[in-house]
Amino acid sequence: MEGLISLAVKAIFVENLALSFFLGMCTFIAVSKKISTAMGLGISVMIVQAITVPANNLILTYLLAPGALAWAGFPDVDLTFLGLISYIGVIAALVQILEMVLDKYFPPLYNALGVFLPLITVNCAILGGSLFMVERAYDFPEALTYGVSSGFGWALAITAMAGVREKLKYSDIPDGLQGLGITFITAGLMALAFMSFSGVNL
Amino acid sequence: MAQTRKSQLVDPLIDNNPITLQVLGICSALAVTSSLSVAFVMAIAVTLVTGFSSLFISMLRNQIPSSIRIIVQMVIIASLVILVDQVLKAYAYEISKTLSVFVGLIITNCIVMGRAEAFAMSNPPVASFIDGVGNGLGYGVILMTVGVIRELFGSGSLFGITILETVNNGGWYVPNGLLLLPPSAFFVIGLLIWAIRTWKPKQVEEREYKIQTVEAH
Repeated sequence: MEGLISLAVKAIFVENLALSFFLGMCTFIAVSKKISTAMGLGISVMIVQAITVPANNLILTYLLAPGALAWAGFPDVDLTFLGLISYIGVIAALVQILEMVLDKYFPPLYNALGVFLPLITVNCAILGGSLFMVERAYDFPEALTYGVSSGFGWALAITAMAGVREKLKYSDIPDGLQGLGITFITAGLMALAFMSFSGVNL
Repeated sequence: MAQTRKSQLVDPLIDNNPITLQVLGICSALAVTSSLSVAFVMAIAVTLVTGFSSLFISMLRNQIPSSIRIIVQMVIIASLVILVDQVLKAYAYEISKTLSVFVGLIITNCIVMGRAEAFAMSNPPVASFIDGVGNGLGYGVILMTVGVIRELFGSGSLFGITILETVNNGGWYVPNGLLLLPPSAFFVIGLLIWAIRTWKPKQVEEREYKIQTVEAH
């Protein structure tokens, strides 16, 4: 249990997907102009991340890993090279299913998140989460914790970024730095701030 | 026609750069720029994937039903990335270890997807291939520039060969450790965008709020 808590804190602050691995940067820069939209996107990323990372973990353990197909009578088969294509397939399919479920049972939530859901398929943070899960060989409870907390960390980062940018648009910024340039520099300063968590040892 | 082919290839380098103007593909790239050789491999990989995925998607563009086109594009791109990943693992194992998950993340690199959707779906194969390669190169140019700045001033070397002798090795150069840390990539790109937009003022974004000057009486 303690291990899981420290994993969660690490995934949220120290190894924040957006600010220390640059994942999901396209949407991070493009959709962080208003706090409300940023929060909507952040929450959808968190939900999708919490579902896809454990789901991909199950696929890896029971279908792809060397010897994983022993239950089907193929103990020598190693399908790890199919990893990338299966993970992205799972993500695309899950996002689609989530969209349909939300549309049917939670229309208000669907209307709020609707536009962001298709964007999430190509959000690197989601695929990145699954790939980190594979690389660090998490088991199922760890994958579940990692999915939820890394998604939360991303949501936290984009909401904070949107807060900064809402204030920033009133400032007098040099012409060439206007817009994209100053956003990058702000993101850099935020990344520096998040690095101060790296001394935290649990 | 020759002229347009050439401009297709050259335009994305500075004038219509995928990173600094279209804001595409910054996702997976920045973490790999702390050393030049890694950035170089990444740039080549992305250029190849963008070029060939545009080529294949464009060849199939009349056969792909538009309702499932995203999935079809994804499958084509993912297959190419798996190919690149396997080749890297076989011939450049060290670098593929450093790149870790970032090779896989080429799949969700918005440049590849963006060019497939915006250009390859409506243009013939050869033009799409050139467009893909051009955009890949534009991405590579930024990646290499950031890589040069970060490696040269962060550890005093280029491609692992010492250029500025560091103090630790008895030289004179005190390396700037900040440049090896992730946040510096943001600063370098931010400043790079500033430089490019000062050079090409057409790219400057409109202000949402103008500062009004009040004349003194």
